[in-house]
Amino acid sequence: MRSLPLLLVLLASLAHAADYPLDAPAPDGRRPGGTLSQERATPPLAEDENKDLKRERNYPEQPPTIPHTIRGYQVDKNGNKCLTCHSRSNSAKTQAPMISITHYMDRDGQTLAAVSPRRYFCTQCHVPQQEVKPLVGNDFRTIDQLLQDEVQRAGQQQ
Amino acid sequence: MKALFRWLSSYWTILRRPSVHYSLGFLTLGGFIAGIIFWGGFNTALEATNTEQFCISCHEMESNVYVELQDTIHYTNRSGVRATCPDCHVPHQWTDKIARKMQASKEVWGKIFGTINTRDKFLEKRRELAEHEWARLKANDSLECRNCHNFEFMDFTRQSQRARQMHSTALASGQATCIDCHKGIAHRLPDMSGVKGWE
Repeated sequence: MRSLPLLLVLLASLAHAADYPLDAPAPDGRRPGGTLSQERATPPLAEDENKDLKRERNYPEQPPTIPHTIRGYQVDKNGNKCLTCHSRSNSAKTQAPMISITHYMDRDGQTLAAVSPRRYFCTQCHVPQQEVKPLVGNDFRTIDQLLQDEVQRAGQQQ
Repeated sequence: MKALFRWLSSYWTILRRPSVHYSLGFLTLGGFIAGIIFWGGFNTALEATNTEQFCISCHEMESNVYVELQDTIHYTNRSGVRATCPDCHVPHQWTDKIARKMQASKEVWGKIFGTINTRDKFLEKRRELAEHEWARLKANDSLECRNCHNFEFMDFTRQSQRARQMHSTALASGQATCIDCHKGIAHRLPDMSGVKGWE
């Protein structure tokens, strides 16, 4: 009679296994296909795009993406490698776009003499891009497309 | 003074007198062989101190600068060519190398007296140490960079647009040298406040 709980657990787990297969198909993420227990080959790491060409922004407030590699760029309290080209004083020499005036403002809109600490860590908003296919579909429509839709609809109603 | 002069002149007469016991052949050949052994031994010892293994035998180098190097492109990259400590920090030319090695006696002093034997001491001294290296590379027109990165053979068409723009103007005209822009490429940077170009 001692083994009754054990037996019950065994039965319960059997019933459970029937409902939910342990080796369920894996979600289609970075390694599509296979099951949860299977180990799929790792996809290769993509390289950063390094074309130095400005990319279109999807909406006006979007922080522009970085069009070059930033391997080994040090951004900490000792120094900021990005600012050696993009700061106000260096942008003329390097012809890199100067960081905008918002980077000199504190959160109350007060303009400071130097880059505001809250805007100092560039990669919080600005990131390099890689040449990869998006993992999931995206039906984001830009404001231009929305405006165009509006115009078309107005035309149809007339 | 007179006694000293007499003592010195006694040695001088020994040197001036022809050898009594040893033949000319023995002395010439012996001197020649001793010269080879001495010179070979000297150069072997010099080369032994010119290896990465020797550099990181001190924990100051191994646990600070060597660790930082390992993340960078000069340690690991697609083609597997890498730079070791002496490639960048010791000149390749013999006379320059000897000059640098004599300067390095200060580093032996530092090792003995533990100038940077803790992480905190090292961080405190980092700006000074970095400034020494920047000054050295600025003075010799980034010689150690150019041992591998030869400007003559740079193909601007294979460089990215911004690299091409800087290399074909500032570097080509000699206004700037490698270290002016490429600071902190192999090790972490010290506090950069006040350094030209980092304001």
